[in-house]
Amino acid sequence: MAMTGQCDSANLNGGQKLAVKYFTVAITLFGAQVLFGLLAGLQYLQPDFLYGVLDFSVNRMVHINALVVWMLYGFLGSVYWLLEEESQHEVVGLKLGNLIFWVLTAAVTVVVLVYLLVQVGPGKESTIWLINEGREYIEAPRWADIGIVVSVLVVFYNVAATFSKGRYTGIAGVLVLDMLALFGIYLAGMFYTTNISIDQYWWWWVIHLWVEATWEVMVACIMAYGLMKVLGVRRKIVETWLYIEVALMFGSGILGLGHHYFWIGTPEYWFSIGGFFSALEPIPLVAMVVHAVFDAGARHAKNSNHPTMAWLIAHAFGNFFGAGVWGFMHTLPQINLYTHGTQWSASHGHLAFFGAYATIIIAMFYLAVQKWRGDVWMSGELPGNGWKWKWALGLLNLGMVGMTVSMLVSGYVQSQIERAIEGSSWIGYFAAQAHPWFVQGMWWRELFGVMFTVGFVLLVWDLLTIGRGEKRTLVPATSEA
Amino acid sequence: METNQWWASESFWRKTAIWVTGGSFVLLMLLTMDTLSQISAGTTRVPAYSVINHRIEYKFDDKRHVQVPVIGVKEPLFGKELSEEEAEALVKLGKLTTQAKNCMNCHTLLGNGAYYAPDLTKAWLDQYWGTSEIREVQMVEFIKDPSDKLHNSMGRRMPKLGITDEEARGVVAFLKWMSSIDTNGFPYNFKPIEQEN
Repeated sequence: MAMTGQCDSANLNGGQKLAVKYFTVAITLFGAQVLFGLLAGLQYLQPDFLYGVLDFSVNRMVHINALVVWMLYGFLGSVYWLLEEESQHEVVGLKLGNLIFWVLTAAVTVVVLVYLLVQVGPGKESTIWLINEGREYIEAPRWADIGIVVSVLVVFYNVAATFSKGRYTGIAGVLVLDMLALFGIYLAGMFYTTNISIDQYWWWWVIHLWVEATWEVMVACIMAYGLMKVLGVRRKIVETWLYIEVALMFGSGILGLGHHYFWIGTPEYWFSIGGFFSALEPIPLVAMVVHAVFDAGARHAKNSNHPTMAWLIAHAFGNFFGAGVWGFMHTLPQINLYTHGTQWSASHGHLAFFGAYATIIIAMFYLAVQKWRGDVWMSGELPGNGWKWKWALGLLNLGMVGMTVSMLVSGYVQSQIERAIEGSSWIGYFAAQAHPWFVQGMWWRELFGVMFTVGFVLLVWDLLTIGRGEKRTLVPATSEA
Repeated sequence: METNQWWASESFWRKTAIWVTGGSFVLLMLLTMDTLSQISAGTTRVPAYSVINHRIEYKFDDKRHVQVPVIGVKEPLFGKELSEEEAEALVKLGKLTTQAKNCMNCHTLLGNGAYYAPDLTKAWLDQYWGTSEIREVQMVEFIKDPSDKLHNSMGRRMPKLGITDEEARGVVAFLKWMSSIDTNGFPYNFKPIEQEN
């Protein structure tokens, strides 16, 4: 029998042993994202800092690529985490899964090293194949694209085959179809075209249909599992909610893609389609808040893991405010004409990615640590009253909200001075960038970024220590259904 | 909390989810086919690459109430008229260079990218380049080595990215072609460079 209070892989099933590897890389890349974000943020204030060595473009690329990849690792880890419990069957191709984990991780390492050391190449297709594709978020060179597709196909096979051999639940059905869509959509970003309108048309298929459709459904599946796990909510309830969310999410999100097709050369009918459907996009996010809070509160549930539950609630609200409210604020074309391509987008992007995705992956980290240490107690009365996880939660969320609001202030300045008054010329751009209000926003963003970093360090420290030496075992989740 | 209402049943919502998703996706496919046919190079929205042989203007359209690109008189880029194939090859070199040099992680193109440097959608038409006579040369020189050129009051500078003369000419061709795309009035209220003779 495994020891309680110590990380012992005997406490984990096969899929979960693989999941903790994915989680370890995920949090490492999360750290890289934070670090390179701080560097890029600092360059707004001190433009000569690292000029010609690590230029803004490099730092920013690593910042957003680390984001995409750590979240992808977080999702793949979460899927492996719940796979055996959900299917009640061993992962069919665990060895292959392990091999692919190492291949993918090696590929990611090479890509990042090339980003940092080679940075750019000549204007030839070989650069796109070997160094950098130069398309925001999917900069990974083509060889790595192919590696990513192969890797995720293996994960997909493992998930689909394991569920088929074991128990095929409602969560399983949604998850399998969602992963298929997720991987299929990635192919839309894997070709070169000179026509930038067509380029950006397909580029948005990948970015939008990942972030605003398939990723949302992915986290809805994780949420369903998480609520059953920590609150003991009945399967029938979470799965019914899951279907409602899928209907609303895909019903609004797929055609909500149109809000990216206002200004890239695409026809004017996208104004109505994009405006209408993207205005509906917050609705499923409201439904999720209701779902989580209703289940937690109104059902008088006792939860078995306080940090996980807190981060799930942070997810529900973060998703609603970051993706929902902050997205809706500038999604209608009449507003978007003045906000498109300003710090508004950065403000929205930060709160949305953090609120919708970082939060729920962190919730999974805590769930994993709990089981890894032998299903230890993680409810109230932790040593030191659980100050580390509480402060990490507070600093990360406050830091993020602070950054979001700061960038929004700078965004307002841009919309007003650069767009409305100066008419979007380069003179207008620089007039806005040099304006004291804009600069002030950038300072506050950096300060809140430091606060966020402190929260991140605390989070890592807490994940390494929470439950260490804990003798009490968890309180089983109960819920008056 | 047991309920048998149809609107709260699992199977109703499962079917709804499947139909809504399928229906939305079919609609998106149809719209995609229509849009792609309207934005391929050589259409009114996205002109052929040989448009770089002409002057591009950005004028207010009274009917649409936004500025739209207007293709003007013959004004070949670098004074040399190119065939459709030659023009496409030059724009392709430029587009590849913008990707290879990671322009999009400082600049926005059609408003998409990073926000550290100005939008490039109408860069060809920006007053920054002084007069239309010296614009081409100025742009090529700037792109090749911007590090010692005048930028702004903040000290933010574009780095030297090892761009060759040919690549720089390609980038200028790409920017000129991009400025001819009908972006539904984005960027709004833009004040273009003087181009009258």
